[in-house]
Amino acid sequence: MTKGKKVVLRFPHRLVDKPIVYRLVKDYDLQFNILKASVTPKEEGLLVLELSGKKKSYDEAIRFLTEAGVETQPLVQDVFRNEDRCTHCGACVTICPVNAFIVDPVTRRVDFHDTKCIACELCIKACPVRAMEVRL
Amino acid sequence: MTKSIAEINEKIAKGQAVVVTAEEVIDLVNKKGVAKAAKEIDVVTTGTFGPMCSSGAFFNLGHSKPRIKAGGGHVYLNEVPAYTGIAAVDIFLGATAIPDEDPRNRIHPGEFNYGGGHVIEDLVAGKDVRLVITAHGTDCYPRRKVETWINLESMNEALLFDIRNAYQNYNVAVNLGERTIYTYMGLLKPNLGNANYSTSGQLSPLFNDPYYKTIGIGTRIFLGGGTGYVAWHGTQHNPNVLRTEKGLPRRGAATLAVTGDLKQMSPRWLVGTSFIGYGATLTVGIGVPIPILSEEILSYTAVTDNEIFAPIVDYFEAYPQRSPDILGEVSYAQLKSGKIKIQGKDVPTASLSSYSRAVEIANILKDWIQKGEFYITESVSPLPGVDSGVVVKPMQERPFEEEG
Repeated sequence: MTKGKKVVLRFPHRLVDKPIVYRLVKDYDLQFNILKASVTPKEEGLLVLELSGKKKSYDEAIRFLTEAGVETQPLVQDVFRNEDRCTHCGACVTICPVNAFIVDPVTRRVDFHDTKCIACELCIKACPVRAMEVRL
Repeated sequence: MTKSIAEINEKIAKGQAVVVTAEEVIDLVNKKGVAKAAKEIDVVTTGTFGPMCSSGAFFNLGHSKPRIKAGGGHVYLNEVPAYTGIAAVDIFLGATAIPDEDPRNRIHPGEFNYGGGHVIEDLVAGKDVRLVITAHGTDCYPRRKVETWINLESMNEALLFDIRNAYQNYNVAVNLGERTIYTYMGLLKPNLGNANYSTSGQLSPLFNDPYYKTIGIGTRIFLGGGTGYVAWHGTQHNPNVLRTEKGLPRRGAATLAVTGDLKQMSPRWLVGTSFIGYGATLTVGIGVPIPILSEEILSYTAVTDNEIFAPIVDYFEAYPQRSPDILGEVSYAQLKSGKIKIQGKDVPTASLSSYSRAVEIANILKDWIQKGEFYITESVSPLPGVDSGVVVKPMQERPFEEEG
């Protein structure tokens, strides 16, 4: 089993009204949890999913999505911290709904656990020095 | 045991001064006792690194050819307006200034991504910024418009001048309301969803000298990565507040007005800052050395987060309405544990001031002193103390209909 792989799917305009995600369940026996879904003004669909299932099925499903014209990308790259800007104040700590920011009790520095991140983007504007950035 | 500042400076000159940070001194005093530690230690260094809105900078831009008189006109640096009501090419840029075109809170909550604090950061980073001057034109200053790139190096003087920094204690901000609020203390979630605080506690300059026995006008300090000076007591200086048995203020109390040469400073220690729904500001790094002139002064520097208490204030109702009500007091040790209890509820805490950077400042200052690059100053005049009669006054509004 692959457990909880987070992936960003980008649907071009022509695919926005096509049923695609259900096939991940039906054909590839994957469980999905929607972390984020939006249709941008240019009518591109964006979906952030957490997918669990057999590794082989997961790989095949990604291949299916790619061939269907959906752009896929692992989630971890999406929200990242600009280490030069972060001052380790800690303003983000209570804003993050999944506790991806943890204050080290000894150094008082803020560690960002990007594997926990669900790309909700709440930290982006809550960071006073704008150290959190999105790459979508 | 007493020491003089001259004696300490002699030791600094010989490279023999014993310097420790306000964090390190705690263990030393525990281990050795006050008497022995006071004999050994010459200087304790403090630090704080947090958003400080009453910050800004004076610039002398140099004279254009032909000349222009910005005074009374308009000046923009990267679209951020500066104050021009002084002589021809002297201007003041405040940390919270924002471009005229900024949408502010028209789309709530506004982002305030770029303001005066960011211009100051860009300038100390050595970047070119766009300067636009418009003026009325006079016989001696005929020009009406100047548009040019400018940078810190090309200016004559550039002086950071912060009229209120380094607050001695500060509120812990919470929200008792039903909706998220956007404040200068950060984003506060409804129904006591989080609690934000902003000081470096046991490392904070004025908590280590609670009665201002060494810190005064003229005290040389670490400011924004360079050296600066305490220019005056800061605005809203309010020394006569409720204190603990050891004399630590339990409310916001003393403040410092500080100044220094911006050209020596660094973008690591002056960081443009944005509070969503509130505005732009500047995060400032300050470190103050405390000369250990007596056992009493040393014992103050051994203060720990357990002994420092801050008031919890509701920013939904009490703060905006200037109500004196507080929801209780909490120690910095509790705040740093990650959660506090308010009205029976566990509330997660977050800091707006960076403790790890405050430690770094205290260590840099320690290093400067140990290397003989930074000498301790005798203050020229003390800050107003508890008995000075200096108090912070609220505004008493008097309608124009009444006699002026």
